[in-house]
Amino acid sequence: MTGIAALRTAPLSARIGLAVVALYLFCLLFAPLVAPYGETEIVGGPWAGGFWDPAAEGPATLLGTDHLGRDVLSRLIYGARNSITLALLTTALSFVTGTTLGLVAAVRGGVVDQVLGRLVDLVMAFPTLIFALLVLAVAGSTLPVLIGVIALLDATRVFRIARAAAMDVAAQDFVEVARLRGEGTGWIMRREILPNIVVPLAAEFGLRFCFVFLFIATLSFIGLGIQPPTADWGSMVRENAAAISFGILMPLFPAGAIALLTIGINLVIDWAAAGNHGVSDER
Amino acid sequence: MNAETASLAVAASHPLAEPDSAPLLVMRGLVIETSGPGRPQRIVDGIDLELHAGEVLGLIGESGAGKSTIGLAALGYVRPGCRFAGGSVLFDGQDLLTLPPERCRALRGTRIAYVAQSATASFNPAHRLIDQVVETATRQAGMGRRQAEQDARELFARLALPDPDHIGERFPHELSGGQLQRVMIAMAMICRPDLIVFDEPTTALDVTTQVEILASIRNVVEAFGTAAIYITHDLAVVTQLAHRITVLRHGRIVEEAPTRAMLAAPRESYTRSLWAVRRIRKAPEPDHAAPLLELDGISASYGSVPVLRDVSLTVRTGGTVALVGESGSGKSTLARVVAGLLPPTAGQVLLQGRRLPKALQDRSRDQLRRVQLIHQSPDAALNPRQSIREAIGRPLQLHHGLRGAAREARLRELMALVELKPELLDRLPNALSGGQKQRVCIARALAAGPELLICDEVTSALDQVVQAGILAMLQRLQKELGLSCLFITHDIATVRAIADEVVVMRQGAVVESGARDKVLETPSDDYTRLLLSCVPDVDPDWLTKLLQQRADAREIDDAG
Amino acid sequence: MHGVLAMITQRIALGIATLFVISLLVFLAVDMLPGDPAEAILGQSATPASVAALRQELGLNKPLVVRYADWTAGLLRGDFGRSLANDRPIAELIAPRLGATLSLAALAATIALPLGVLLGILSSVHRDRALDRVASTASLLAISFPEFFTAYMLVACFSVGLGWLPAISLSSQGGIVETLTMLALPALTLSLAVIGYVLRMTRAAIMGVMASPYVEMARLKGVGPWGVVVRHALPNALSPIINVVIINLAYLVVGVVVIEVVFVYPGLGQLLVDSVAKRDIPVVQACCMLFAGTYIGLNLLADILALLANPRLRRPRQREARA
Repeated sequence: MTGIAALRTAPLSARIGLAVVALYLFCLLFAPLVAPYGETEIVGGPWAGGFWDPAAEGPATLLGTDHLGRDVLSRLIYGARNSITLALLTTALSFVTGTTLGLVAAVRGGVVDQVLGRLVDLVMAFPTLIFALLVLAVAGSTLPVLIGVIALLDATRVFRIARAAAMDVAAQDFVEVARLRGEGTGWIMRREILPNIVVPLAAEFGLRFCFVFLFIATLSFIGLGIQPPTADWGSMVRENAAAISFGILMPLFPAGAIALLTIGINLVIDWAAAGNHGVSDER
Repeated sequence: MNAETASLAVAASHPLAEPDSAPLLVMRGLVIETSGPGRPQRIVDGIDLELHAGEVLGLIGESGAGKSTIGLAALGYVRPGCRFAGGSVLFDGQDLLTLPPERCRALRGTRIAYVAQSATASFNPAHRLIDQVVETATRQAGMGRRQAEQDARELFARLALPDPDHIGERFPHELSGGQLQRVMIAMAMICRPDLIVFDEPTTALDVTTQVEILASIRNVVEAFGTAAIYITHDLAVVTQLAHRITVLRHGRIVEEAPTRAMLAAPRESYTRSLWAVRRIRKAPEPDHAAPLLELDGISASYGSVPVLRDVSLTVRTGGTVALVGESGSGKSTLARVVAGLLPPTAGQVLLQGRRLPKALQDRSRDQLRRVQLIHQSPDAALNPRQSIREAIGRPLQLHHGLRGAAREARLRELMALVELKPELLDRLPNALSGGQKQRVCIARALAAGPELLICDEVTSALDQVVQAGILAMLQRLQKELGLSCLFITHDIATVRAIADEVVVMRQGAVVESGARDKVLETPSDDYTRLLLSCVPDVDPDWLTKLLQQRADAREIDDAG
Repeated sequence: MHGVLAMITQRIALGIATLFVISLLVFLAVDMLPGDPAEAILGQSATPASVAALRQELGLNKPLVVRYADWTAGLLRGDFGRSLANDRPIAELIAPRLGATLSLAALAATIALPLGVLLGILSSVHRDRALDRVASTASLLAISFPEFFTAYMLVACFSVGLGWLPAISLSSQGGIVETLTMLALPALTLSLAVIGYVLRMTRAAIMGVMASPYVEMARLKGVGPWGVVVRHALPNALSPIINVVIINLAYLVVGVVVIEVVFVYPGLGQLLVDSVAKRDIPVVQACCMLFAGTYIGLNLLADILALLANPRLRRPRQREARA
């Protein structure tokens, strides 16, 4: 089924999901053009303005200002760029690592598989968030550390999935035929197995992205992720959390932005992987 | 086509067999379609059937003929992903398709029962067998638990299960496939239904077990006067049980007739093709050619479990050795040893008098080239992401360094050799039929330029007509190219069709070997005799005669 | 029965080994800092005197093996050392917070786990009907939302909008009613996510079994929809369901960090986050070991229970009935 034909038959939920993802991508690519104000530009008083308060003084802001008087909408749009790019980068890193090691483990088997498997078991025996907190406590919360530790944690999940998928393919007779022909490990990995696991892995990429994205947001929310003044949704929730006690709903905007994206991606994946498996329900 | 007019038309041409008694089951213009996304496909396309009380109807057809779907429709059931799209299924005058679900459910298990193909998969692993056997009787038919269990034990005994008083206490995984199949027949019988649907109940079993199950089925069906629909792809099997046979193809009825009449004078050529393989017979080669492959005292094991014990055999240049045995006999393991996939623990493999290294990684590329393995399932043996050109072209490049135009020319030659059109070269495997895929696998093996082909059940996943075509082609190729062949099979008809010599294996050892006709006609080993006696003939009296012979032999034993 | 016993023993041994390696990792984390750990921890404010004091405090002058032995021996006795930030014994810091975290987890578990399993079973029986669709969508939402979003939505509703419940759960004093009121929102937030997960996984586990031939056989025997799910599918889906229940129990203990931050709840997670921010390494190590120990222990329990729920393993094939 080609992409366009598939789109035409897509259910409503999938169309909504695609629209959401497209909107976010647009913000990501064209943030400076779309955003009414700068990322760190102070445009008014703290927690002022917004569409619900058209009589407010100062410049017009659709979603009001944050605790420092910066435009919330602009920061949301820049936040898309920062939060999503970082998550994409991390997911990509974790995927390359996880898939490569998973393929190697599946094709080589034996000791290599055992060692890799035990290592992954070990990392997975540690609760993810706690592991990340330990590393951040020791190494400090810098961007490379953040990307590295999350990619490492996530790569263990990718490893398991890639290995399982590759094992299924490696058990097929055509791989045996290739071995009988005298093909090397490299050929078998690249030409016989990889093309057959690309589709399930692509769906998995979406799920892993959601996980990584939420994970970074969570870390930012507890103050250990992306550091100010960079606009980031998780940090925005944290910085403005106090507002909720005053009945100001501002923290819900960045939190909602996060929720909407994960739902959008889940809707797309549910559709793409229909019949295969739904959301990766893991803890 | 309008289902209603179709049913009228067919009904007119098939008058009731016994107009005086009302039939038990009547299907009229039954249509079943897929209900998933995309255009619905017809799996069952306007079927008309009638079955009277106590009658056994054989439904025969090849894969995709819709026979299981029709069998399930007799219980008013469709598998998920399908739906009833027309017609009616009248059981005892009630249309199961329009009956409220609860009323239809109430008939299942009590008046219409089902026996599935794989007993191993069809028993719930979490419950004891007796609980599963009596479930319908106690929960739906209102029988008391004690009485139901008593009845189950009697059925177990009647079905010749060992230790009938206690076998029900076991869990499914504690019994063999043949035993489970008999327990399932007891489960179907527990409410003494009017109709049982048998869906390929012996297909997953070895021939020696199959005979016992067939005898059990015939015993209970006759004893209780139960009507039955017996579904199978094996004409010889259905012949033993059915009063009438209906031949199906692509969801439609090809031909329907009483069993003996159909065997004596099939009207349709498709019906005749159902025993196509049985009509091929190879003229044996003279056995003075030099040996190509010699196996000398091969033993092998998986982990610590020994699977081959001291196996020796010889394949002569240009000759075909058929390796025969039931599941677990070690015949496929032997193929893996020859190919180098499983290094033997003892013994050696000689190719043209020279030793082949035991493990794959120690064999040179040239040694790999000379021995080619063809797998049972062409679906699994072809990479779904590689075009046919890539699949056949790779060995040409790897073993012969062929590229560009030279490679293309050779590709076309190979396609012609396996009787495929060169246009198929650019297709992916899923665009091909099963038979075409197997031909591609053969072409890929030939591309290496082998001396020995190891064929591991290469036809058993295919329909009869397709099998016959491939076997004939293999014979031609062997003659033209001077190939030798080690052919692994469990099917005696295939052995007759292609082998010069036969090696019979049991439990990892050779029990008998020799020239084909000698082994098949005058077997010297007891097991070989048993194995051959269990292979059903397309003869309605075969089972009766066999059981009679066995009874006689037992009497003589007892007397002596 | 010996086979299962051996397998359980093996799992337990593996769990202990894992815990040992984890403790090594947690302990060595301090030494993995580039340069001198004491200097790295103190950062800008390091003076030769303070570095020397910290080295003494961390015991960095002793050999690694001795330090590790001291540390683990302390852990086993319940002596976690002293906090760098306020020099109080860590055990004293942790004890009340552990209680707070566990009571929150216990409340959420009591609500969410039975409800999740029950709704999962209901969803399976009503497959593809209204109830199932609603449950499926709602659970997808519940697990897609970041926890803090759910939390603030609930706060916006129940605290800001309706004014029924407090937005923060700071005080740990008061009677049972006050305690429950205080725990209500954090427990509800946790429950929503857990119900979502457990529901989906229970349904998926049952659905996986529903496709098997023996379930089709049950239908063909005339068993009704409830009987099919409860008698035929559920017993075979027990292992994954037990697994998901316990994994979520582990999540309730370990994953409360965010919720505690949102509601300023004085639990172990809050302590961990504060200590990470202050780089109070001994406290971080102690918290990590507690969390990791709970997590590994519960996972081990899940493994063992799943093993016991499998009839094939409980009663291995000894011999085939003789024909």
